[in-house]
Amino acid sequence: MFEDNFTWLCYFLSGILFTIGAVGAILRRNMIVVFMCIELMLNAVNLVFIAAGGSLSSMDGSVFVFFIMTVAAVEAAVGLAIFVMVFRLQHTINADELNLLKG
Amino acid sequence: MADYIWLIPLFPALGFIINSAFGGRLSKTLVAWVACLALFAAFLSSLAVFVEFLQLPAAARVFERDIYAWIASGELSVNIGFRLDPLSVIMCLVVTGVGFLIHVYSVGYMHDDPGFKRFFLYLNLFVFMMLLLVTGNSLLLMFVGWEGVGLCSYLLIGFWYEKDSAADAGKKAFIVNRVGDFGFLIGVFFLFVSLGVQGVWTMNIGEVSRNAHLLSVPVVTVITLLLFVGAVGKSAQIPLYVWLPDAMEGPTPVSSLIHAATMVTAGVYMIARLNILFSMAPDTLYVVAVIGVLTAFFAASIGFAQYDIKKVLAYSTISQLGFMFVAMGVGAYAAGIFHLMTHAFFKGLLFLGAGSVMHAMSGELDLRNMGGLRKKTPITYWTFFIACLAIAGIPGFSGFFSKDEILWKAFSSSHGDLWIWLLGAVTAGMTAFYMFRLLFSTFHGECRASEEVKHHIHESPRVMTIPLMILAVLSLVGGYVGVPHLLGGDNAIEQFLAPVFGPATQAKAAVNFDIVASAWAASGGGGHEAAMELTLMVTSVLIALIGIALAYLYYVKNPSLPDRFTARFAGLFRWVHNKYFVDEFYEMLFVRGTLKAGAFLLKVADGWIIEGAVNGTAALVKRAGERIRKAQTGYVQEYAFGIILGAILVVGYLIVIPMF
Repeated sequence: MFEDNFTWLCYFLSGILFTIGAVGAILRRNMIVVFMCIELMLNAVNLVFIAAGGSLSSMDGSVFVFFIMTVAAVEAAVGLAIFVMVFRLQHTINADELNLLKG
Repeated sequence: MADYIWLIPLFPALGFIINSAFGGRLSKTLVAWVACLALFAAFLSSLAVFVEFLQLPAAARVFERDIYAWIASGELSVNIGFRLDPLSVIMCLVVTGVGFLIHVYSVGYMHDDPGFKRFFLYLNLFVFMMLLLVTGNSLLLMFVGWEGVGLCSYLLIGFWYEKDSAADAGKKAFIVNRVGDFGFLIGVFFLFVSLGVQGVWTMNIGEVSRNAHLLSVPVVTVITLLLFVGAVGKSAQIPLYVWLPDAMEGPTPVSSLIHAATMVTAGVYMIARLNILFSMAPDTLYVVAVIGVLTAFFAASIGFAQYDIKKVLAYSTISQLGFMFVAMGVGAYAAGIFHLMTHAFFKGLLFLGAGSVMHAMSGELDLRNMGGLRKKTPITYWTFFIACLAIAGIPGFSGFFSKDEILWKAFSSSHGDLWIWLLGAVTAGMTAFYMFRLLFSTFHGECRASEEVKHHIHESPRVMTIPLMILAVLSLVGGYVGVPHLLGGDNAIEQFLAPVFGPATQAKAAVNFDIVASAWAASGGGGHEAAMELTLMVTSVLIALIGIALAYLYYVKNPSLPDRFTARFAGLFRWVHNKYFVDEFYEMLFVRGTLKAGAFLLKVADGWIIEGAVNGTAALVKRAGERIRKAQTGYVQEYAFGIILGAILVVGYLIVIPMF
């Protein structure tokens, strides 16, 4: 029972984290904060994988987490590099002012 | 040789390919050599077949070889194959022989033309198409040649396309020919289907002829009438003759080769080729003969009142083609082909002579500005003179034998009629008159050209006069292959063609013959057929001599007579001079309406419907894009919101659906 409750707790926490991340990614204007929110969403998903893997006694969840962490690390590197370049060109990383792709 | 008959059309095709691929880099001399040699090689191969034919028994004189399976569909198979029999060999000899001479002549005539190479390219292509037409063993291949010569005719009439009149004449020839070709094509399809219904799906000319008996007479009548429409277009008969006089806008060697000696006789050849079908339909034959004799008379009368030397020759060509159709119409196919051959000689020569005159007169075409050329251009004069004697039908010259054969058959054949003979004989007299009018006003009397032109008058170079001389010899002796029995000959050409046309019809018309024969008998003659034939022959010669004498009276003895005549009958003269206003009549009846319909369709069908649909689609897409592009705000977070909203919707759907 305890383990089951713990798993559900993890799911619940993950849901809260994911929602915070999603809302933050949409509402915040500073691109670095948006970026952090995306990281938060990724980690919320990681938490679900770990919890589900634990409750199902499967290693699959952990494997996914490793991949996600790798991708997140790469994403952080590339993303931050892009922000630096954008800042050099536009002197801002405010999402509202970066609308060159407007149709 | 039987296995190599495809060489005959191949040589001009090779000439065309070589000159079109490398002509730009070759020198003018080399291009001319290639073109002329291609023709000469084709002529030699035709000659080889002809010689071989003479050694074979008459029944074995057919070479047929398929070289390629062209269309195979169900029971139908059409091969690209060639068929040589006495008829096609004669056509091949005429096309390549006269064609070769005209090629050589063109080397001199077109020498300074900037389009020299293009000219020989077209000429070779034309000869290839013409040989395809006469040697093809299926109606389909014949049709390819038929259209091909039409195309080449169009290209060569409009050879000097920078002149509006030449471009227009080319278009006119092409469009008028389309009318005829349409009939021809429908006729071929009708023939194909009618035979197919009887179980014989074939396009092969030999098989069509062998199975013609399966068809009923009404069907054959309709088919042959449709085919005749094609012949009327190609061979410039009433009512589709209007393109040929305008076709004189092309270079003179073209008028000679295409619009006198070869292409325009394609209709005659086609009828001769399918003579079995035409013989089955007496009604069609009568139509052919009537159209032929009317055209002969009508065109000859227009020839009276033309001042353009080439126009006179053009109307003369139409008139002579009419004679050939009379021969076809009375079932005297051999006589028609005989006249086709002699006509190719003397009319080819007349056109080349006219070209030589133009050459001497710095391009002058108007008879009123000529005269007195006899001294300065003796070779042109004498060859022209021989051709005039030949076309007028003076005994001993080629035209006499062939024309007389036609007139005799028109009178005596079971398909003939007295009035056809009468009109034909009168036309022969008219021919003599206008040809000698041409000769006298060009070469005799005082020179009426301007001083500057007069100064330049000179005989043409040897490369032009030698073909003239060879053709003059042919016009002189060409008739001796068909000397009638009456004059001690054995009508060799008729015997040679007998395997194609069947033995000469000896059954003479009962009615006409009897009327005149009894008249003859009453006058104490013999009442024999031979005497009859002799009478007619003498009559037509007399008529021709009267024509020449009148021309002499009007244009040499008393040059003021024609002017007094035209002044006296000014209205009549203007009517004839303007070709009876037939062109204007057609303009009113067909051309204007067609142009109006075209303009209407351009505005409504093209402008509104087609363009409207195309432009409307474009406008619709454009306007929709303008609306939809507003959704593309450029704000990353709005896109992210869209993604999340979409994800929620999909997940929600997946959750909600299983609940029900």
